[in-house]
Amino acid sequence: MFKIVRRQEMSGGTVILNEIEAPLIAKKARPGQFVILKANEDGERIPLTMADTDPAKGTITIIYMVVGKSTALFRDLQVGDSYQDVIGPLGKATHLEKVGKVICVGGGTGVAVLHPITRALKEIGNDVTCIIGARTKDLLILEDEMRRASHDLRVCTDDGSYGHHGFVTQVMQEILDAGGVKLVVAIGPVPMMKAVSNITKNYEVPTMVSLNPIMVDGTGMCGGCRVTIGGETKFACVDGPEFDGHKVDYDELILRLRAYQEEERESHDHYCRIRDAR
Amino acid sequence: MADIGEKAQKNPRVPMPEQDPKVRARNFLEVPTGYTMKMAQEEASRCLQCKKPGCVSGCPVGVDIPGFIDLIAQGDMSGAIRNLWRKNSLPAVCGRVCPQEIQCEGQCIVGKKGQPVAIGNLERFCADYEREHGTGELPPKQPATGKKVAVVGSGPSGLTVAGDLIVKGHDVTIFEAFHKPGGVLVYGIPEFRLPKSIVAQEVNFLARLGVKVECNAVVGRTVSLDELFAEGYEAIYVGVGAGLPKFMNLPGENLVGILSANEYLTRANLMKAYQYPDVDTPIPHGKNVVVLGAGNVAMDSARTAMRLGAETVKIVYRRSREEMPARAAEIHHAEEEGIEMCLLTNPTRYLGNDKGRLTGMECLRMELGEPDSSGRRRPIPIKGSEYQIDCDLCIVAVGSGANPLLTSETSDMQLNKWGYIITDPQTGKTTKKGVWAGGDIVTGAATVILAMGAGRQAADSIHNYLTLGW
Repeated sequence: MFKIVRRQEMSGGTVILNEIEAPLIAKKARPGQFVILKANEDGERIPLTMADTDPAKGTITIIYMVVGKSTALFRDLQVGDSYQDVIGPLGKATHLEKVGKVICVGGGTGVAVLHPITRALKEIGNDVTCIIGARTKDLLILEDEMRRASHDLRVCTDDGSYGHHGFVTQVMQEILDAGGVKLVVAIGPVPMMKAVSNITKNYEVPTMVSLNPIMVDGTGMCGGCRVTIGGETKFACVDGPEFDGHKVDYDELILRLRAYQEEERESHDHYCRIRDAR
Repeated sequence: MADIGEKAQKNPRVPMPEQDPKVRARNFLEVPTGYTMKMAQEEASRCLQCKKPGCVSGCPVGVDIPGFIDLIAQGDMSGAIRNLWRKNSLPAVCGRVCPQEIQCEGQCIVGKKGQPVAIGNLERFCADYEREHGTGELPPKQPATGKKVAVVGSGPSGLTVAGDLIVKGHDVTIFEAFHKPGGVLVYGIPEFRLPKSIVAQEVNFLARLGVKVECNAVVGRTVSLDELFAEGYEAIYVGVGAGLPKFMNLPGENLVGILSANEYLTRANLMKAYQYPDVDTPIPHGKNVVVLGAGNVAMDSARTAMRLGAETVKIVYRRSREEMPARAAEIHHAEEEGIEMCLLTNPTRYLGNDKGRLTGMECLRMELGEPDSSGRRRPIPIKGSEYQIDCDLCIVAVGSGANPLLTSETSDMQLNKWGYIITDPQTGKTTKKGVWAGGDIVTGAATVILAMGAGRQAADSIHNYLTLGW
């Protein structure tokens, strides 16, 4: 059992942070790696990239958006409650290198995944500008943490309620125009990563993205997480989750992420009916 | 011999009672329901008690088959199961999933002129009888040696190693990557062929003997082999299975609705997705399902699809019936349940719609040519024979390769060119000191019993190492 020692609601309760006791994983995990969590006996295995780890305390931190039945179950877990299973660290760690000027772009809960990577890139001596975005001010997460993790933080909201009025891509483009950018790291919704990659391709700036396809075991055994990278099939769980953003077939990924859309709706409705009946 | 032939024909094997095909094709309950004591004794009496029993030489772990069968005939069920346990720690599993027709039963003299003795059914009966009526008495354990052994993977070979070494007095811990122990026995083999409660009972038996089981431990990620040595383990057995699904590499393979058998069966079995939405893991429900491949995994996938409500399920296989690698019983059961065999048929590409979902596949008809390197006649495409099969779900069951998760993190352990671990065939020793390996990660995808045989061999060698040295 993996006990929750800290819990925080963000984005008006739609995004949840859990700090979880998992000493073996905390000791081993590196930025960019993920864990698989399962709430209870009949739960689904959900992969989430870690937002932070504390090896001394023996804890890992995950941040997720409540989107379906499984994450709704996660939301019900309070401090002192436990996940039945947490497996990891899985996937390859981020390739960290001192390259100079770096832009880290995060959207939605992707900001959580971006956090340890940004911090690590800064620690090894890169000049890191971070751009984070959300639909509106209330949905923004980890602003303070990202400010600390980078040299310069830019914030965007789609509705202009805070920071730059518009998309992260617009701010990124301005920085790219100024020149000298050696690497872009983009983590967020697939359409955002696709838009970022399309732009950086024109500037010929290497771009790394972190993908979150559907998976079961996370150890290369099921092949459910296959993604097409430069025309080749890769397993995100063992070959990724990070890939060259210019080579990813985003349209295929978007379609594959919808594989269980109907079933998920059915399951969530089923869960809500049972919960409401209680 | 004329005598034996006559006897065999007059005395046919006691048939295994089974659920009616029409009923069982839509439920997940076990298909064969098992012998009664009377049936078992009647079947046991068919055994000729050969002086030089062929059946024993056909068994990869050398079970004393005439011995345990004789004990059944005498009604000594406690003796029969203890006899079996001497060579086979998982009789309830093997009685259900071994390919008996090419092993023990294939060598049975009675089978030369009639039907062989139903050794598998009798083995299963012994194990089930012990589970339902036995005393639960544990086998004797030798005094503790204080030596720690790590077993990586809790499939058939890992369980065998753990069972053998715990009774020899060693301190055994199994590390399992999934959240539940049993390996392929829980994620791969369906409930209707091997109920999960039976596997749980086998694991529980080991736990009662003192074996520790650490789930959610991905060796190679959570902990490395060298870290296990640093923690005080003196010997490590690696039995992680093959575990890398093969695909056909055809155009359209990443359409939604094409799954590896590993994924499909893991969802159905380990994650119990057939109970969705009462459990949380979904599984695609195909109306018209195609399964590529003709081994046991293909049959398991096809029969699972039927049970999940498919209207049609087709096995598509490029060779002919003779070359199908599945157990005879599985093919027979599949056909009884309404699964169609599209033999001498090879898919060439997948077809999809604008939502990226599978709608069908294009296939070519084949004919058999000269034997190939496997000794089987090579299938050759018939020109211009392309045709389409409509399907909304395709399960790819064309085999597995070596999963590199552990081996790629263990640089001082040699692999062959396909990524399987190189071992000494007599002992299971790898090229890394203190590490043994066996099962599918050494041989490539094979059977439960061969993995158990490798485990037995390695356990003997590990015991020698712990008491005498490398």
